[in-house]
Amino acid sequence: MKLLEINNIRKSFDNQLHVLRDISLSVEEGEVVSILGPSGSGKSTLLRCATMLETMDGGTLSYCGESAVIEVDGKSRYMPKSDIKRIHGYFGLVFQNFNLFPHYTVLKNIMDAPVHIQKRNKAEVREEAMSLLRQMGIEDKADSYPCQLSGGQQQRVAIARALAMNPKILFFDEPTSALDPELTSEILKVLRDLASRKMTMVIVTHEIEFAKNVSDRVIFMDEGYIVEQGKPEDVIDNPENDRVKAFLNKVMG
Amino acid sequence: MKVSKNTVAAIVAAVFGVAVLVLLFLYAVNDGNEFAVRIQGIMNQLSGGILASLTLFTLTLVFSMPIGLFVCFARRSRFKVIAIVTKFYISVMRGTPLMLQLIVVYFAPYYLFKIPLSSNYRFYAAIIGFSLNYAAYFAEIYRSGIEAVPKGQYEAAKVLGYSRQQTFMKIVFPQMVRHTLPPVTNEIITLVKDTSLAYAIAYVEMFTLAKQVAAAQSSIMALFVAGAFYYIFNLLVAFVMGRIEKKMNYYAK
Repeated sequence: MKLLEINNIRKSFDNQLHVLRDISLSVEEGEVVSILGPSGSGKSTLLRCATMLETMDGGTLSYCGESAVIEVDGKSRYMPKSDIKRIHGYFGLVFQNFNLFPHYTVLKNIMDAPVHIQKRNKAEVREEAMSLLRQMGIEDKADSYPCQLSGGQQQRVAIARALAMNPKILFFDEPTSALDPELTSEILKVLRDLASRKMTMVIVTHEIEFAKNVSDRVIFMDEGYIVEQGKPEDVIDNPENDRVKAFLNKVMG
Repeated sequence: MKVSKNTVAAIVAAVFGVAVLVLLFLYAVNDGNEFAVRIQGIMNQLSGGILASLTLFTLTLVFSMPIGLFVCFARRSRFKVIAIVTKFYISVMRGTPLMLQLIVVYFAPYYLFKIPLSSNYRFYAAIIGFSLNYAAYFAEIYRSGIEAVPKGQYEAAKVLGYSRQQTFMKIVFPQMVRHTLPPVTNEIITLVKDTSLAYAIAYVEMFTLAKQVAAAQSSIMALFVAGAFYYIFNLLVAFVMGRIEKKMNYYAK
């Protein structure tokens, strides 16, 4: 089943800079997709359009077959609030800077939205939150505040917070870019673990090696286009596009 | 939030210290110490004014702090007209003397509508004038506090499905309060001293009386006593606000 379907997304800022030019992408259930590309290629903007943090100019967006954005006369039109609200429940997003709520404890960061937005049973949510923290290896941090944690621990809390909403698909926007190499490997381990549990994920990353090992499909973006996509061994080991070759040569030395 | 042992100890110490001073003073009065008796005489003459100053102070805070929040919302309104009108209101309140504003509020009903001035109205005019003025300052303080909350907090809340109101109440407001405590303390301390400006509309508060007593006794002592009151009261304000600040520091930024 197609969990995410994006067709012909176009996005420009101030009517000048075309960040996304006609991008289409669909993600199947259980699939892990990595998006690579140089800075400014539009990777993050694509993710932000998909998670509706950014409004798209043209193109359509749907989750699980339900339309969030349709196209009318060549322009994107967002569905009514009630539909959008329901569709918001289908996905989660993990940020580069974690964006935990600093005034909430770790446990409250994870539990607040499931309890107050999804109106789920508090005891149940607590149990689930604790098991997520166990899974992340930080159950002893449940009562800590985010500022008392390392970056890697904060990002694990952020992942747990996203997972607690039971999303069908999870987006990661450069989840390790704010972390040093040691902490990066902590997070990549968590992601690998999620992938092995068949969590559907779309990951914007600079970790080429990781993308190669974990993803089912790699997408390479440049200047607002998808320039190459396919199996990781094809795109990363035998790229056809010159830009992809140049980029990989540069980052992989 | 727990009240720490230190907080309790500090409050007990402060209360104990003040009690000792009061007892010493009463002992000196009882003992017929000339200086102490004189101070007590002055304090008796000022007591009505002290009550008037405290009333003005308390009511101004009670009204201006919440009104300031609404002014702040209006200032940040998406509707340009509301935002511009509010901006103008704030600039007038900050750009003209409070004394002038008090006089305008007091005399406006008479000059504009020929409504005779009752002496009761002095009290209301003082409260209205002070509240309108301080609301403008508080609004700008709140605004700075709201704008200090990183964009990522709003984005994280949005992705988790919080509504705009929920985002403000649960995520932004608590962080705003913390950001704004130091400037709010400043403002409260200024208000303690500013209450003396009410003499401009012949609202009889402590400073008015102190001046009268000083003139009658042809001695500066009454002014010193008044000054000591403002000072001690502000020490108390600073102490209490410092405690609240500490309490709010349960999380670092």
